[in-house]
Amino acid sequence: MANSTLTKQRSTAFKSTVALKSAMAVTGGILVLFLIVHMYGNLMIFGGQEVFDEYSHHIRVIGEPMLPPEGALWIIRIVLLASVLIHAYAAFTLWARARRARPAGQRYQTRRKPVQQTYASRTMRWGGVILALFVIYHILHLTTNNIAPGGASDSPYERVVNGFQIWWVLLTYLIAMIAVGFHLRHGIWSATQTLGANKASRQRVLNITATAIALVITVGFLIPPFSVFFGLVS
Amino acid sequence: MNITLRVWRQKGRGDEGRMVTYKVEDVSQDMSFLEMLDVLNEKLTLAGEDPVAFDHDCREGICGACGVVINGVAHGPETTTTCQLHMRSFKDGDVIDVEPWRAKAFPVIKDLVVDRGAFDRIIQAGGYISAPTGTAPDAHANPIPKADADRAFDAATCIGCGACVAACPNASGMLFTAAKVTHLGMLPQGQPERAARVVKMVNQHDEEDFGGCTNIGECAAVCPKGIPLDTISQLNKDLLGALASGKL
Ligand code: HEM
Ligand code: SF4
Ligand code: FES
Repeated sequence: MANSTLTKQRSTAFKSTVALKSAMAVTGGILVLFLIVHMYGNLMIFGGQEVFDEYSHHIRVIGEPMLPPEGALWIIRIVLLASVLIHAYAAFTLWARARRARPAGQRYQTRRKPVQQTYASRTMRWGGVILALFVIYHILHLTTNNIAPGGASDSPYERVVNGFQIWWVLLTYLIAMIAVGFHLRHGIWSATQTLGANKASRQRVLNITATAIALVITVGFLIPPFSVFFGLVS
Repeated sequence: MNITLRVWRQKGRGDEGRMVTYKVEDVSQDMSFLEMLDVLNEKLTLAGEDPVAFDHDCREGICGACGVVINGVAHGPETTTTCQLHMRSFKDGDVIDVEPWRAKAFPVIKDLVVDRGAFDRIIQAGGYISAPTGTAPDAHANPIPKADADRAFDAATCIGCGACVAACPNASGMLFTAAKVTHLGMLPQGQPERAARVVKMVNQHDEEDFGGCTNIGECAAVCPKGIPLDTISQLNKDLLGALASGKL
């Protein structure tokens, strides 16, 4: 490797661990932006059935007549799906690599004592898997309505209200949103460091910002379901 | 004080290895951890047993040879090298676990000694300046901003001990690699080869079977030289810049 040509070295570096985690950072960033917009949209539930259903309809007609019906929505969906796939591919590749880097038979005998690592940083991988499963469940529930606890409906507003009156639906979303919070707490900080934006003097601010965004997203997403459960929205 | 040690014993590269328990009596609080191991080894030698092999050289915290994992933490309870760790950091009657660095890239040679050749090969890949420099230039012939000089000096203090790899849940060698990239990248002499250097060193890092970095930060927390985590951000930035610019 040390002696191979620079052109070859360059193409190898495009597949390096640093390149892979940069792909995770960029696709993760796209997903964070999406989550913020999505959270904001969900809060329109407080405008009542008409406002919320109109918002849901509006997403489907953005760009018309330049784009066909649901055209813009499908572009967004494809970008999001590609982001999730690239993100997961990089995550699993690096996960396998990390396992190889300290293989069975070469593990520590004594339980290693964490020195400063956070819970969030340790749970990125399994937490990410939980999120991916949640995303599938969530789409089957509120987008396609194949899972319709409390009754199916053509009105997105009614799907939300029907679903979140049930305790176990609320609980699944509560667990998933806490998982999102942890994933983003480490992920947002990690992405800034991965993309080269961290400096010793900024590290604290970056970490505080990551925690703040993660908190806002978690709480923001949880407000509508809890409001339905406690009868504030019906 | 009296100590119970549980030490990793492994006869050679092929051997399976196991933890073996030893009692060490009359340990002084002023002994370094390595001196305590010396006491154990004298006892073992007198009894006709094989002494515990461990790496060491300077015994003053500058060569980076003496790394072992003590009670699950690289270099033990203080943020320093094993030779600079003293028995006053432990209590009478303590049971202390001692293991070698564990990573595929650092195979155990014997007992607590690992082969850190992977680090040498990362340096060989690009951690140097190839221009012949002649005699030392005048100190002020090449003005360098204070902040850059400080950062380069701080990064240059890396002693290649490998604690960062040992502590990393991914067994990544990124802090070590980043220390060298940052050290040379901050200085004018390092500029001509800056892009090629980071590409070659990262490729070599990956080829040695170190894991990828996920910015957990255990490396910087145990580093005896306090190499900061933001050097890894600097490495990432240099690598992405090198790939984007196409100039190598
Ligand atoms: C297949 C499942 C997933 C796995 C295994 C996974 C794993 C990871 C890992 C390991 C990181 C940290 C990267 C690093 O520290 O360098 C990360 C970051 C991130 N993840 Fe995921 N993830 C998954 C799914 C998701 C999903 C569904 C979302 C969207 C809600 C998401 C959003 C993010 C974001 C925004 C980041 C921050 C960007 C970054 O750190 O690079 N992830 N993920
Ligand atoms: S970065 Fe720190 S822990 Fe890693 S090899 Fe250098 S001195 Fe040791
Ligand atoms: S023996 Fe040199 S650093 Fe410990």
